[in-house]
Amino acid sequence: MKLHRRTGSARWALATIPMGLAKAAVAGTGSAPATPSIFSPASTPADSIYHLSLFVLAICGAIFLTVFILLVYSTVKFRRRAEDDGREPAQIYGSNQMELAWTVIPVLIVVVLFLATARVIHAVEDARFPPGTIEVSAVGHQFWWEFQYPEQGFITANELHVPVSDASHPTPTHITLLSADTDHSFWVPKLAGKTDLIPNRSNSMWIDPHEVGVYVGQCAQYCGTQHAKMLLRVVVESREDFERWIANERQPAQQTASALRGRQIFETTACVNCHTVSGTNANGKFGPDLTHLMSRETIAAGAAQNTPENLRLWIKDPDTFKPGSLMPAMQLQDQELDAVTAYLLTLR
Amino acid sequence: MANAESILKPMVVSPAAEGARPLLDLLHDWIVTVDHKRLGLMYIIYGILFLVIAGLEATVMRIQLAIPHNHFVSPQVFNQLFTMHGTTMVFLVGMPLLFGLANYLAPLMIGARDMAFPRLNAFSFWMSALGGLILYFSFIGGSGLYGAGSAPDVGWFAYAPLTSPAFSVGHSTDYWIVGLLVSGIGSIGTAANIVTTILCMRCPGMTLGRMPLFAWLNLVTSALVLIVISPLTAAQIMLLIDRYLGGHFFDTQAGGSAVIWMHFFWIFGHPEVYVLIIPGFAIASEVIPVFSRKPIFGYSIMVAATLAIGFLSLSVWAHHMFTVGMTSYANAFFTASTMAIGVPTGIKIFNWLGTMWGGKIRFSVPMMFCVAFLFQFLIAGLTGIMLSASPFDWQLGNSYFVVAHFHYVLMGGLVFTIFAAFYYWYPKVTGRMWNETLGKWHFWLFLVGFHLTFDFMHIPGVLGMPRRIYTYEAGRGWEIWNLIISIGVIFQIAGILFWVVNFIWSYFRGEPAGNDPWDAWTLEWSTTSPPPDYNFAKIPVVDSRRPLWDLKHPEDPDWKYE
Repeated sequence: MKLHRRTGSARWALATIPMGLAKAAVAGTGSAPATPSIFSPASTPADSIYHLSLFVLAICGAIFLTVFILLVYSTVKFRRRAEDDGREPAQIYGSNQMELAWTVIPVLIVVVLFLATARVIHAVEDARFPPGTIEVSAVGHQFWWEFQYPEQGFITANELHVPVSDASHPTPTHITLLSADTDHSFWVPKLAGKTDLIPNRSNSMWIDPHEVGVYVGQCAQYCGTQHAKMLLRVVVESREDFERWIANERQPAQQTASALRGRQIFETTACVNCHTVSGTNANGKFGPDLTHLMSRETIAAGAAQNTPENLRLWIKDPDTFKPGSLMPAMQLQDQELDAVTAYLLTLR
Repeated sequence: MANAESILKPMVVSPAAEGARPLLDLLHDWIVTVDHKRLGLMYIIYGILFLVIAGLEATVMRIQLAIPHNHFVSPQVFNQLFTMHGTTMVFLVGMPLLFGLANYLAPLMIGARDMAFPRLNAFSFWMSALGGLILYFSFIGGSGLYGAGSAPDVGWFAYAPLTSPAFSVGHSTDYWIVGLLVSGIGSIGTAANIVTTILCMRCPGMTLGRMPLFAWLNLVTSALVLIVISPLTAAQIMLLIDRYLGGHFFDTQAGGSAVIWMHFFWIFGHPEVYVLIIPGFAIASEVIPVFSRKPIFGYSIMVAATLAIGFLSLSVWAHHMFTVGMTSYANAFFTASTMAIGVPTGIKIFNWLGTMWGGKIRFSVPMMFCVAFLFQFLIAGLTGIMLSASPFDWQLGNSYFVVAHFHYVLMGGLVFTIFAAFYYWYPKVTGRMWNETLGKWHFWLFLVGFHLTFDFMHIPGVLGMPRRIYTYEAGRGWEIWNLIISIGVIFQIAGILFWVVNFIWSYFRGEPAGNDPWDAWTLEWSTTSPPPDYNFAKIPVVDSRRPLWDLKHPEDPDWKYE
């Protein structure tokens, strides 16, 4: 992407408007995670789009100013005055020169815009990947995300971990997008544009985040009742942290004696029909894999923080956080709830 | 032109002059009527009724979204509301209002006494009305008024496989399918009728090259309707087969394709946008010249640009699908075709400016709505160019930026021109003038409300807020913008109230308008207000694009220059 070197400085003036808005919005709300603004990219695809968008904005801004000034001028200059003589103005029927001008100039602008756009389409869609690219499959479900790491051989949910990628040692992440039910769309604005997850179809996208951090996004294709709370977090870690996370995820679930009762209840109720805890007889595929549940910051696809209280409330009545979620209320008694929660808290 | 002069002589006909008749009699007259003016009015009243309903649905959604984590409505009801709002605005507001205006005005403008097929006209209207009733019966169908009945909740675009029996249990999706199937039959009937009328019923002397632009643009619109309703109807029938006869066209669990539904829907859905906005252009092309006191600038170029828009609009549908994973070649093609449509659209804007340039512009309410339209449509066109750059769309698609963009087109473009049309032709239809002060209150309140709502709606989209969500997280920088957007609704409602009061009050108390209150140039202003059943006592004969200009300026008639 070299677009930014080719255009003049007027562009930057325009670009500061949305940037300013984005900053104002962040300042107004304070706490993390930050606003997922498309104007603060942190990965190559988002960055290419950002530079293209500045170019397009600059051209559209120039067209807007030109026509807007003409419109204001003609409404002010050619309004009928109070002292009007009542005669009709000169009747002008058209002008071929003018028509030619305002046909040819827009055609040229369109050609330029198209060429600039086509470059970015090609750069993002037809990119080649270096060795060391991380392969992940994202599977959309109503209303959560399943993340499979086929090379490492484990499955997790809702929080995608990827390594930071620097220019000298690029480690991009290539994401295969699949759907288990309806259409969804993977959108983390600071990392890349969105791509849909469509049943019976395999799509793909890629990211190469430049900075460590948590990037938020959410499902961007209406997928049913709880589309709004199908939130998405991408955790970008240093190479070492990422390796450590991988090593932990590959382990089967910890077996501790302390939560035996909770484990028994979990394994003898309908929980196991939908959830997997590796190393146990729970191997349902319909809901998120819970093997390392406590390594995640949120539950219910980002609808609530992963705290013991929230976890208990979620098992008791998922509708508290997410009415319309496909997880049923488990109708457990209070002691059973406490026991199951205690068990889940051991799944680190 | 002696015959046209006799038409110009004032005849005193006002609504009050009709003797009082039993209500049942009047009602019967309206129900069995095949008169294009009455059917046109019925289309318009039907459209306004649903405009109010869909507006209220939007209001409820904006209350829900004013603050994060609001519990004003449940997610289920919210999803039903945005589905019904979109479906209603496109099928039960936009198309009926445009068909209504074309029905009422096109025959008058081309000097005809009625549409080509008056009975088909009545049939089409009642089919559309039935379609609307079927769709809205869903609110009391199923579980009844509890919740929102079984109103559809699959979005106005009804993407597969959400509509398949596995995901859409019960009949809510069927209401959507059958309601639109039935109203689609009405749309096809009326479109065929308008095309035939404009091609075959023009008065002597009115060649295609002398037709008012309003007639030209409605001809293109109706031709587009004929082409694009069919794929939608076909897809809906296929969906019904999936749901009831065990078909698997769109049933992904049995190997069907979700993407093929998108293609079917958008090959209807995108030209549909032009079906809605070209009649808006038609209105602006009549109002701007009359209030600028100049003929339309570049008439033949305007016709050519409209034809180009109609043609190109059939080749841009997949720009709604930039994020479904098409190849880079497909994305590049639809980027190019979409950008190309900006050229004829730009030509139109420049020609309207050329019409105003050097004129003596009278800023009455219709012209104010048209100038606001020009400003807003300029912005709508430019955000459209941004979205056509497919990588930009990968970010902005399905975000609030898109919602802002197409509301700029349909509210800022279409609704503003429709209000211009209402104010411009109200004296012709009722025989009375509306109140200028109330009209200006309507305009300014509505303008402020529109800009509060839709200017600020671009921002949360840029900040990553997707559309069709019933609530959103706090702390993402979206709160303040959503609050401003919702506040704008109050101003819009206030503006609408001024409009309703103005038009109802003026119907009974307004000043008599006379035949030609705007000193206009097209044939509808040569007959009485309201026009008699037969429109013209004698069929007019025309020599130019502005027959009434020729009459009023015999020393300098248009036909010398055309």
